[in-house]
Amino acid sequence: MIERIEEIEVEAVADVGAADSTAALEEARVRYLGRKGELTSILRGIAEIEPSRLGAVGAAANHTRKTIEALIDERLEALEAAELEASLVEDRIDVTLPGSPARAVGHLHPITRTRRLIEDVMIGLGYQVMEGPEIEHDFYNFTALNHPEDHPARMLQDTFYVDVSGPVEVEGEGPRDVLLRTHTSPMQVRAMEAEPPPIFMIVPGKTYRRDSDATHSPMFHQVEGLAVGEGITLADLKGTLLAMLREIFGPDRQIRMRPHFFPFTEPSVEFDVSCFRCDGTGNLPDGARCGLCKGIGWIELGGAGMVDPNVFGFVSESGYDPDSVTGFAFGFGIERIAMLRHGVGDLRLFFDNDVRLLEQFS
Amino acid sequence: MKVPYSWMAEYCDPGLDPEDLAEKMAMTGTEVERVLRTGPEDTTNFVIGLVTGAEPHPDADRLSVCRVDTGDGVRTIVCGAPNVAAGQTVVAALPGARMPDGTRIREAELRGVASEGMICSESELGLGAESDGILVLEDGIAVPGSPAADAVGLDEVVLELEVTPNRTDCFSIYGVAREAHAITGADLGSPPWADGEIDRGGAAAGVISVTVEDPDLCPRFTARAFTGVKVGPSPGWLRSRLAAAGQRAINNVVDITNYVMLLTGQPLHAFDLDLVPGGALSVRPATQGERVTTLDGVERELDDGMLLVCDRDGPAAIAGVMGGTAAEVSDETTSVLLEAATWNGPDILKTSRELNLRSEASARFEKQLHPALAGRAQVVASQLLVELCGATAVDGMVDVAAELPDPEPIRLRAGRVERILGMEIDRDDQVESLVRLGFAVEADGEDLLVTVPPDRYFDVTREIDLVEEVGRIHDLDRLLPATLPAGSGRVGGLSRQQSLQRRAEDSLREAGLDEIVGWSFTDPGENPKLRLAVPDPRALPVSLSNPLSEDQSVMRTILLGSLLGAAQRNLSRGADRVALFESGRVYLPAAGVGPGPLGGAFPGIRRPPANEPHHLAALVCGPLDPPSWADSSPPDDFFALKGVLERLGSGLGMNVQVGPGDQPFLHPGRSGLVLVDDREIGWIGEVHPAVASQWDLGSCLAFEIALADLLAASPLGRETYSDFTPFPHVDRDLAVVVGERLSAAEISAAVDSAGGDLLVDTKIFDVYRGEGIGADEKSVALRLRFRAPDRTLDDAQVDPVLADVLAALESLGGRLRG
Repeated sequence: MIERIEEIEVEAVADVGAADSTAALEEARVRYLGRKGELTSILRGIAEIEPSRLGAVGAAANHTRKTIEALIDERLEALEAAELEASLVEDRIDVTLPGSPARAVGHLHPITRTRRLIEDVMIGLGYQVMEGPEIEHDFYNFTALNHPEDHPARMLQDTFYVDVSGPVEVEGEGPRDVLLRTHTSPMQVRAMEAEPPPIFMIVPGKTYRRDSDATHSPMFHQVEGLAVGEGITLADLKGTLLAMLREIFGPDRQIRMRPHFFPFTEPSVEFDVSCFRCDGTGNLPDGARCGLCKGIGWIELGGAGMVDPNVFGFVSESGYDPDSVTGFAFGFGIERIAMLRHGVGDLRLFFDNDVRLLEQFS
Repeated sequence: MKVPYSWMAEYCDPGLDPEDLAEKMAMTGTEVERVLRTGPEDTTNFVIGLVTGAEPHPDADRLSVCRVDTGDGVRTIVCGAPNVAAGQTVVAALPGARMPDGTRIREAELRGVASEGMICSESELGLGAESDGILVLEDGIAVPGSPAADAVGLDEVVLELEVTPNRTDCFSIYGVAREAHAITGADLGSPPWADGEIDRGGAAAGVISVTVEDPDLCPRFTARAFTGVKVGPSPGWLRSRLAAAGQRAINNVVDITNYVMLLTGQPLHAFDLDLVPGGALSVRPATQGERVTTLDGVERELDDGMLLVCDRDGPAAIAGVMGGTAAEVSDETTSVLLEAATWNGPDILKTSRELNLRSEASARFEKQLHPALAGRAQVVASQLLVELCGATAVDGMVDVAAELPDPEPIRLRAGRVERILGMEIDRDDQVESLVRLGFAVEADGEDLLVTVPPDRYFDVTREIDLVEEVGRIHDLDRLLPATLPAGSGRVGGLSRQQSLQRRAEDSLREAGLDEIVGWSFTDPGENPKLRLAVPDPRALPVSLSNPLSEDQSVMRTILLGSLLGAAQRNLSRGADRVALFESGRVYLPAAGVGPGPLGGAFPGIRRPPANEPHHLAALVCGPLDPPSWADSSPPDDFFALKGVLERLGSGLGMNVQVGPGDQPFLHPGRSGLVLVDDREIGWIGEVHPAVASQWDLGSCLAFEIALADLLAASPLGRETYSDFTPFPHVDRDLAVVVGERLSAAEISAAVDSAGGDLLVDTKIFDVYRGEGIGADEKSVALRLRFRAPDRTLDDAQVDPVLADVLAALESLGGRLRG
């Protein structure tokens, strides 16, 4: 009897191992462990066995039953996993179809992106961001910025003037009083009127000049910077601009300041950044002349300087005494930075608003 | 300003490559636009030739067969110039010479005659514009065969300077030489006017008389007389210097005035003295409509007040701008009246702008010259007229001058340079820089007392100007350290409004809209196209006095026009759909300045002239989302855009509502006002088809809101926590049939007020029209959510509230759907 039980176990191991589906396994289970199975019969008929062998046969039969049960469970798990895999493989989609789910994300205008970049850099350097009016008084745009009464920029050829005699209520004191600001600099004076020193601010915004070609637009964007306090020097201007340009154009950039002339700063400089395409060498690795900086190694960016004492003279009542405070100011075009960073060749493209351009800037 | 290097080097030769000097100048305040080289690149094979014979070509009318001594023998050269003649000294290009235009000279046969070179004109040599004939040099200037470059200055280098408007001194060769001296330390020769002085009055006063009506407009007028003047071509050296400086040679007298202007910075004018009746000149303003023919041959009509130099018969010159033809120097001229005057810069600028006539003279005068320059120019010009034109100067000079006060010395305080620049410069170095620049410096204790020369009289007037002068000469670029401002009191950051503005813009971007930047100015026809009419304040735009064009002549009062224009352009270029937004200002009358910078109120004592609220607007033509294989017709209706608006609001932590209200440019049945806390902040709707068609657009949706109003209502960052209840909620659905005209807002309001404290939320989840519902009715399905903070609700508590809600709906004409 015990031999037979051992034989059953051997057969069962072989059959379970051979079952290649959960259905075949079920068959094997019925065959060996079912009510009509031989092992079940043996266990059922155990009472008829002579008592002396009862213990041994019973133990063998139970052991074999448990072995087979464990074997089947193990096999079942393996077969079920395999069958799930197989059914999942069948249940396939075309993953190469374009995704459908979410709403398409739009695009910020490159000028906005560039403006925010500059703002964030200057915020990191401790500056506030301020806005000023675009329709401005001559006083803020020219007079208080030390432009003489007859400065060429005040001519009708260069500056847009607002009609103050029309039906629209515009607060102005004469035909040449109200204009579209030609730079963001008027906010230097407005800000200093409103706040005593120290002042650290930038002013991004729209500006206007009567000029229109591939590199001049009658409307464009500038960022003004102003830092006034005790002990501020031209060297501080250089360090500030350098820090800003490195954030915008990369950590290896250098700055160059060339003395220049502006009515509202003295000394005045123009500032350049070393070319980021040719690394300031003027030549590309293949020896060709760098097209970005035109072989010069430097890219002209903007104007700057130490706030002219005459400008402080207009805000002396707010505590700006040129003998106790000094300051610097700078200004540059946002479009210029965007054109350089993104390789846009024609300024006018920014105001054409073709979505084929906009969608290139995520 | 074009500066021939060799001319400058006569006064200061820095001994540098022109490119290196250009770099140094750029780094000290005078930009060098470019370094030009005139003449052929390689001057070998350009030699001096002596024409020994010139015969007409046997087979060509316009050609001459010349015999030219070129040192190595006599060559035959066929020449096409009309002015070639035996005895002339010329520049011959021999075979092998490469012309500036790249042509290589070869031996060639011209109509059967072998030609062994070319006799050159100025333009062929790249020296000037003259191309009518060959360049004829002075007799005996050099022996035949010697290199032409030595005699003619064939290889001139020209620095083209971009002089800043304050530096009138650098509009002269001598001024540039002094600048070169200051920045390089190379020796500076004495000025060309150093050894001459002309007395006031003298015999000249008997020949010339000058009256000046308004000395403010003409601070100085000097005039000299010259007799025995022989007008003719200028010598080659003078012609080539003028050519290199960009001036055309005319005749020796006129050339001398131009030459002296270039050298000293002071423009002069020569009149034919015999054509000035009585030698009497007066300076007076023009009367309206007065006419004068200027030297460029144009008859010009003058405006009242433009300053003239007149003789007894009428205008002889437009003061400081251009001479007239009336007393023009010609070949017949034998006596000359030489004028060197000082004018009022702004006045000259105004006249020159109004006449649209700019000359070398006006470009200098308009920046304001010092009267001392006029005397200098007379000295230099007199010498040249005597030397080159055989003239005799009538003794003395008529000089009508208002005395300018001597400049007070400027005090440069010790330590001031360092305080401004952030870099120490030795006091001795400061003194040396200033002296080199022409200032007189004297020590006063630790301070310096600095006297400004006439050349810098209007430019350097304050201590800070001296700091600038010292700084720029001291290699700021390399020596100036890069530091950051020290000290406290700095906190960087965006204002609350600014950061909320970014969030609002980002919300629209994330909703799938592309941002545009539209023009602030627009066509005055745009507002009528938008059907805006008075008294709507948007119908009356702020307008420009001097627009570039009519279609950019008024300031926009609404962003919608910019968006419609951008949509039109994109769709006409093949876009299938557009979804755009703009965040920008509109420009409205001065009244009603809104809150904060974004509302139009700005810092500063004087109120801004107009009101500039910042708006946020969106326009969608076609579906908001691009169609995809999964959804071939995504929503393109009003509610798609309203969803964007609601999302904008919820991104700022608030509910944006839409209530009834019209806009002239919107579909009357599909538009409304945007409300926040019952305050009107903008509009939303379908663009009126009649308006959309003006921009060639079909159905499109838009909204526009005042950003400051939106942001002011945002609680973002100021939210306070309120405890939430652990007890579960109970949802009840309700379908009511109501009249078609009853709005969702009215239904919700009625439900909310009847629902009491237990009703915490009401949602409309379906609107049904059709079978079982009357023609003028709709069925609205509501889901009401009830919750109590302190207990679990059961039917006994919810049912009475539900009955109240139903009663409220019935009072609006609704009934429970069966």
